[in-house]
Amino acid sequence: MKYILIMRATDETFKAYQDADFDKILESMGRFNDELIRAGVLVAAEGLDDAAEGVVVDYSSEPPVTTDGPYGETKELFNGFWLLNVSSKEEAVEWAKRAPLAGPGSKCEIRRVPSIDEFPQDNEWIQKERAWREASGQL
Amino acid sequence: MADAGGREAIAAVWRIESARIVGALARYTGDFALAEDLAQEALAEALVSWPRDGVPRNPAGWLLTVGRRRAVDTFRRRSALDDKYAALARDLGEGGGGSAPADPARAAEDVLWDPDQIDDDVLALMFIACHPVLSREARVALTLRVVGGLTSDEIAKAFLVPTATVQARITRAKKTLGAARVPFEVPPAEERSTRLGSVLNVVYLIFTEGSSASSGNQLIRLDLASEAQRLARVLTRLMPNEPEVHGLLALLELTAARFPARTGSDGEPVLLEHQDRRRWDRSAIRRGQAALARAERVGRGLGAYGLQAAIAECHAVAESVDATNWERVVLIYEALGRLAPSPVVDLNRAVAVSMAQGPAAALSIVDELAAAEALSNSHLLPSVRGELLVRLKRADEARTELELAVRLCDNERERAVLERKLTDLG
Repeated sequence: MKYILIMRATDETFKAYQDADFDKILESMGRFNDELIRAGVLVAAEGLDDAAEGVVVDYSSEPPVTTDGPYGETKELFNGFWLLNVSSKEEAVEWAKRAPLAGPGSKCEIRRVPSIDEFPQDNEWIQKERAWREASGQL
Repeated sequence: MADAGGREAIAAVWRIESARIVGALARYTGDFALAEDLAQEALAEALVSWPRDGVPRNPAGWLLTVGRRRAVDTFRRRSALDDKYAALARDLGEGGGGSAPADPARAAEDVLWDPDQIDDDVLALMFIACHPVLSREARVALTLRVVGGLTSDEIAKAFLVPTATVQARITRAKKTLGAARVPFEVPPAEERSTRLGSVLNVVYLIFTEGSSASSGNQLIRLDLASEAQRLARVLTRLMPNEPEVHGLLALLELTAARFPARTGSDGEPVLLEHQDRRRWDRSAIRRGQAALARAERVGRGLGAYGLQAAIAECHAVAESVDATNWERVVLIYEALGRLAPSPVVDLNRAVAVSMAQGPAAALSIVDELAAAEALSNSHLLPSVRGELLVRLKRADEARTELELAVRLCDNERERAVLERKLTDLG
């Protein structure tokens, strides 16, 4: 079963991280990733670039409004993820509890990643997506 | 949910930590069987106290402290009888022996949680659980329990046997290891390659048990296959210089890649030639190819698992049965037959030969096998022989062979496939 661990943080968390020693952050993240590799459960992991470099498209009005930068000061941001292959939701939770994320507002959200086999196979768009997944090794 | 300390949450901690806890306790006490008992006692204690008091901040440290304290208690009890245990109890007793873990992490972790030792502990655990003095069933059960962190219940469900049977197997296995005075250690270099064969075989057995679509709760058995893949991945990290470890992982990945296509909508098995190859898991194929490439890079040649993986790769990269590089498959089967001679390998080689050179060339291999009375109780030989005779348009002989195959086949689904071939013969 695949689960995604989504890192989320607030401005406060970022502030704390900016003041922290980057080598230490790399080390604690590296150790955690190494644990996941040792346990044979890591499928993929990525971190995201600075939220201020990002863009937000807001659908509140028609047409949608595009703005630069992060969502806002207090909203939670998605900062990166781990994709794990584990035996249960509880195991995913247990790994998340060990992730080196700390500080006020820092959170990790855990969501199951359904396989494409769980979608209606007779739907032409699902079939197209499957073809793309086959071609690109994303199944 | 998880913080409430439910059984599921405890099981999750156990899955992640059990190998390290049993390993650390075995190193600590020098007694694998005792270590396994102590770890199980710690788990039992967690099942009582975590739901009541909440999951501790450092669950692994907590379990280890409890296990270590029980070890000291055990040694104290035994010390009345034995001077050696008395000395151990003194050495190990410092700071332990209280009633409830006051500081769960500290003392035990400093002594036992030595990061330089953990990998060796887990590896030693794999070698001891797969020790050749044990029966195959015992090796499988012990590996799943101490390395995989599965409960006796889960193992029993996966193998469709009563829990008591699994527990008895594990108890007997621990006694056998004790009686044979098997030390808790990674075997010395000169023994390692022989012993490694047993470890790889156990992982392979777990995988094949999990991947067999015959009966039982499908989900649990697929979990078993993925547990075997995880164990193989862990082994590649612990023993990166052993080509067969990578070869086995490659074989498991490439085999698992076909899982989505190997059963039809009503659950009947779909043979390789009829599988919808678009349903094969491309990322598993890629991971398998990468593992196979690592096996080759080690540079000591491929072993039996690596060669089987290489055959699976030939199928994985081909767009259809006809587009498969059958000449290469034949060559690899020849190499495999020399390395690990077996009538099943010869039979598979015959099938590959029939695809590369036609049915007549293949029939002579099958006839030799029949003459040697190999596989005489299996439906496989008459199935293949019958199929070759069908292709050679020798219908009467084909019918005799296929009828024999039907009689010998005890899998309902496979029998249906054979019966259909008979009907097609008219």
